[in-house]
Amino acid sequence: MGKRRLDPTLLVGLVMLLLLALLVGLGQVWTPHDPFLVDYGNTLQPPSTKHWLGTDDLGRDVASRVMAGGLVDLRVALICVIAPALLGIAIGALAGFVGGRVDTVIMRITDIFWAFPFHVLVIAIVGVLGPGEANLYLAFLLVNWISFARITRGEVLVLRELEYVQAARSFGSTDSRIITAHILPNAVTPAIVYAMADVVLTILAVTSLSFLGLGIQPPTPEWGLMIADGRQFMFDAWWIATAPGLAIIYTGVTFALIGEGLDTALRPKG
Amino acid sequence: MLTYILKRFVQLVPVLFGITLACFFLLRALPGDPATLLLGARGGAEEIAAMKQRLGLDLPLWRQYLLFLHDILSGSLGRSVVYGQPVISLVLERLPATLWLVAYSTVIAVVLTIPLALWSAVKRDRAPDILVKLVFTVLLAIPSFWLGLVLVVILAIWVPLFPTSGYGAGLFSRLHHLTLPAFVIALATASLTIRSLRSGILNVLGSDYVTTARAKGNATGRTMRVHVLPNALISSISVLGAHTSWVIGGTVVIETVFALPGLGSLFVESIFARDYPMIQGLTIVFAVLVVLINLATDIAYALADPRIRLD
Repeated sequence: MGKRRLDPTLLVGLVMLLLLALLVGLGQVWTPHDPFLVDYGNTLQPPSTKHWLGTDDLGRDVASRVMAGGLVDLRVALICVIAPALLGIAIGALAGFVGGRVDTVIMRITDIFWAFPFHVLVIAIVGVLGPGEANLYLAFLLVNWISFARITRGEVLVLRELEYVQAARSFGSTDSRIITAHILPNAVTPAIVYAMADVVLTILAVTSLSFLGLGIQPPTPEWGLMIADGRQFMFDAWWIATAPGLAIIYTGVTFALIGEGLDTALRPKG
Repeated sequence: MLTYILKRFVQLVPVLFGITLACFFLLRALPGDPATLLLGARGGAEEIAAMKQRLGLDLPLWRQYLLFLHDILSGSLGRSVVYGQPVISLVLERLPATLWLVAYSTVIAVVLTIPLALWSAVKRDRAPDILVKLVFTVLLAIPSFWLGLVLVVILAIWVPLFPTSGYGAGLFSRLHHLTLPAFVIALATASLTIRSLRSGILNVLGSDYVTTARAKGNATGRTMRVHVLPNALISSISVLGAHTSWVIGGTVVIETVFALPGLGSLFVESIFARDYPMIQGLTIVFAVLVVLINLATDIAYALADPRIRLD
């Protein structure tokens, strides 16, 4: 076992994540100003030493709102990836391991879901359920599991034929032990890598929904909503929509780099 | 080839049937109650019951599904609650703008993807490759609605090169109006397709026939032109096909930002108007669009690549 050097891309991603976590965490206990404080005498102020990123149309401090709003977006994006990932991995492992008719049925279902554009399906579901955080979770759970199921199934199909799994079987290991001890630990690697890329896409989708008015509802500080608020002031007060946009990009790049780094680090050499 | 194409069309039938089932059960089996949402706080118990009857929500689920299928097979896709018209007539009215946007952004995405992916693959792990990767990692993370707003401020207000919104009439004016929205969708698409095509080209570069061509003493330029580029073009068809659903999903948000009269903005309007039959009909239309475009790219791919003969 040689010393493993941390992949540089992964390292940059992790440092960026640490910084993000610190800022968002700090935003929960301290912000430069009260993110909810409306001040009509102080609206649409450009960035200054008092208000680093300016103020919005209600005189609220943009920097404070970006810090405070990060928590909602991160929480929603992570839950909207992790919960469907667990579901998808379980379904995919089942399909790949059991095979036969179960596999065929599950794969046909994913084929059909595959035909619906992701945004369309999520928007339709949220449209039927009504906006709000809890409904976002349900919508993403129903849509996001597909990729994880397909990826995991593909891995399990390969792994279950490998010698060490056959060996475990010949020693009389039970199916459940073969899955949990021998197959899943190896099968989940691509799903974990994909999950990081999926966080990027999910943050974009969640903020788009909020931007359209279908996601998180005001007055909660949230990046997509802040961009929607700043939209009508793009020309006079560009900073209102710019700051949360940059925050989304920063977060997306962070997870993209971690995904990329994990891909390099976890992929078997050869 | 004809048998292959025919076979693909026959295979379409169960997929389309599955789409109707999935759409129906996803949107009806959810806990939401469209009649109550539609009437809001104004609705009394009687009004809600009347609305349920009008939407057919008081029937057992299997009968609702049969009615739904009937609406689809009769070609009307149901009747809009808000417009009082068959969903299909509104779809046909709004479809051209979306198809223009999809086609235009696909062209821009291809123009960006092929040269950048080739450049990246040939200069693998060197400065150009790393630069392309970095730029498109950032582009992937940019929210398209935000980029749309920023580009409007820069390229439509500060430097008034493009209109801020609208659709235009006549070919030139239409392309002029659609350039910014198509460009935004194309950037998001290219950030995915460049990566896939790059790894496709790397596979070609490592393949036996390219090694042979090199061993025969072919110049690098000739090897690229004769052996690598045609294969890269062919695989770009399937790479783009795989991202159709992404492009079509992207139109929903972008049409709203640029106020384009397409299916996407109609979809968002219907969500706010609680136009339940319209939401359902449009969800089906979007899925059918994806399936048809995927079928077209598969056939184009089979025609272009002599190795594919799947009959």
